[in-house]
Amino acid sequence: MALTDSDISQLENTAEEIRETIISMLVAAGSGHTAGPLGMADIFTAFYFHILKHDPLHPDDADRDRLILSNGHIVPVRYAAMAHAGYFDVLECATLRQFGSRLQGHPERLRLPGLETTSGPLGEGLSQASGMAYAFRMDEKKNRVYCLMSDGEQDEGNIWEAVMFAGKYRLSNLTAVMDRNNIQIDGMTEDVMSLEPIADKYRAFNWHVIEVDGHNVRQFIEAIDEAKAVVEKPTIIIAHTIPGKGVPEIEGDYRWHGKPPTKEEAQRFLKEIRTMNGKVTQEYA
Amino acid sequence: MLNKEAYLSAKIFADDIEQKATRDGFGTGVVEAGTTDARVVVLSADLKESTRAEVFEKAFPDRFVEMGVAEQNMATVAAGMALANKIPFITSYAAFNPGRNYEQIRTTIALNHAAVKICGMHAGVSVGPDGATHQMLEDIGLMRMLPGMTVIVPGDATEAHKAVIAAAKTDGPVYIRFGRSATPVFTTPETPFTIGKALRLFDPINPEVALLSTGALSYNALLAAQMLHEQGVGAIVLHIPTVKPLDTEAVLEVAKQVPAVVTIEEHQAHGGFGSAIAECLAQSHPLPMRILGVQDQFGQSGTPEELLRHYELDSESIVKAAKSLLAL
Repeated sequence: MALTDSDISQLENTAEEIRETIISMLVAAGSGHTAGPLGMADIFTAFYFHILKHDPLHPDDADRDRLILSNGHIVPVRYAAMAHAGYFDVLECATLRQFGSRLQGHPERLRLPGLETTSGPLGEGLSQASGMAYAFRMDEKKNRVYCLMSDGEQDEGNIWEAVMFAGKYRLSNLTAVMDRNNIQIDGMTEDVMSLEPIADKYRAFNWHVIEVDGHNVRQFIEAIDEAKAVVEKPTIIIAHTIPGKGVPEIEGDYRWHGKPPTKEEAQRFLKEIRTMNGKVTQEYA
Repeated sequence: MLNKEAYLSAKIFADDIEQKATRDGFGTGVVEAGTTDARVVVLSADLKESTRAEVFEKAFPDRFVEMGVAEQNMATVAAGMALANKIPFITSYAAFNPGRNYEQIRTTIALNHAAVKICGMHAGVSVGPDGATHQMLEDIGLMRMLPGMTVIVPGDATEAHKAVIAAAKTDGPVYIRFGRSATPVFTTPETPFTIGKALRLFDPINPEVALLSTGALSYNALLAAQMLHEQGVGAIVLHIPTVKPLDTEAVLEVAKQVPAVVTIEEHQAHGGFGSAIAECLAQSHPLPMRILGVQDQFGQSGTPEELLRHYELDSESIVKAAKSLLAL
C-alpha cells in the first residue's frame, strides 16, 4: 500500500508526540537514557503505527510480528510508542523506573505484555530474534521478526555469533535494524571501538544491507519493504540517526546517552520539540 | 537395608553391574521426549558426538540445530525459540554451558522464564585426562542461585533418561548435569523419579549417620553405607537428584533420625549441593555435618578413579569422613 504524503505527516506528528512523552517520563523518573530514545522515535513510530502486524488488545496473538529490542536501555521510546499505540494508558508512562511499575528501567517481558523479551545486557537481542525466526520457519509461519540494536553493542561478540548464525541459515524472515547514532557511553563509537566498515562486515557475513536516514519515515518503511522481498538472506537496515533528535541543543552529544533532563531542561526541550513543525509554542509546567 | 521401594538394580553390589555414562541417558531420553512432543529441538555447539545430541539428530534431523562453537549464541537463540513455542535442549560441556554463557542464561532464559533445558555434559573431575579447564566444578552453584531454575543431577544413565523426559514436560528453565565416564547403573526403569523428590537407597535399622548425595557419587555413598554396615555402623543413603527445588521434607526426615550427616558431590564444596543441604539444615534442624566435594581447588589430569580418590570422593573416603564425624 503506497504511503501518501498525509500518511507520512501523520506518522511524523505521532513521532513528535512520542518524543514529548519520552521527555516527560524521563523527568518524572529522574534517571534513564535520553539521546537513544529520542533518536529512535521515528523508527518506533514506523513500526508500531505502520509496519508491525500486531494488536495492542491481544499482545499474545501467536501470529503477531515480533519486535525485539536488543539495547534495552532505550526502552522509554518503546513504552511511549506502545502507550500511544493503545497497549496501555499514556498516563502510566509517568511510572517509568518507579517501584512497582510495569515499566522497569530495562524491559522485562514478564511484567508488561507486548515486550517480547527481557533485555538490557547488550548483544543478546539478535540471537533471540534469530531463534524466533528459525522457529517460525520450522513451523511454516509467516510472521516476521524484527530486531533493533544499537551501534555500540556491535562491540559484543555474541552479536557476531548471531550474525554468523542468521547468515548461515538464511533467515530471510529476520530483519535487523541498527541505530547508527555513532555514540556510546564512553564517547564516539569510532573512538571507543571502531566499527567501520560496518556495512561491509555484514555483507561479508551473507546479509543484505540497506542504509537509510533513520529520521526519514518514508525511506525507512521502503527499506522494510525491500527486506521483505529479499528471500535468500537476512537483512540489516543501518539507520543513520541523530542521538537526541528533536531537541537541537542535545543532538549528537554523547553526554546525553545515559542521563535524564532536569525539570528546567525538560521545559526547554519540550518547547523545542513543540515548535519543530511550526506548532504553537506553549509553556510547559 | 536396601530400600525395596527404590527397585534398585539386581546386581547392585555385584562387580559386573552395568556401567554407562549419564550422557547416554540424555541421548535416549531426549529422543523419547522428542517423540512425544514435536516442540522439542536440540541445539549443539560442535560436540554432538560426545554430548549424545547426535542420537537426536539421527531421529529428528529437522529438529536438530548445529550452532558451531558458540555457546553464548546457543543459549540466546534457544531463549528466542522457547518464546516461539519450542522446547530447546542446549548441549555442550558444562564448563561452557552454563560456564561460558552464564549471563545469557541469567538474562534471556532465567529472568525471561524461558523453557530452555540447559544440558551440561562432562561435569566434575571424572572427565579425567582433559584436565582442569574441562572439569566443571561450579555449575551447580551457578545454576541453583538463579530464581526459577530447576537443577537436576541424575545418578545414572537410567535416571538421566527419566530426568530429560521430565524436564521437557516442566514449564520453565531446567539445568541437567551429566558426566562423561561410565558409572554404575544402580536404578532401574521401575525406580521412581519425580523432579523435586529424593530417594532413600539404604535404610539401616539403627541409623547413626546419613549420607546425602547427588549424581553418580550416590553409588559411592551406597558402597560406603554397605562398608559401614559391615563395620557395624548404620548409615542412611539419601540420593537427591534434584538439587533445586530441594526435597526439604525428605532431608529433614532423615536429619531427624541421625546425629550427623555427610554430603557428597562432584563439585566445589563451596556453593553447591552440600551448601544447599546446609542452608536447609542450619535453618530448620542444625546438626554436625561434613561437606565432601572438591575443596576450593581446580581439577587436573588423571583417570576418573585416580581423581575421585585424590579428591576424597571414593567410597573409602566417604567411610572415613562419616567415622571421623561420629568420632569413631
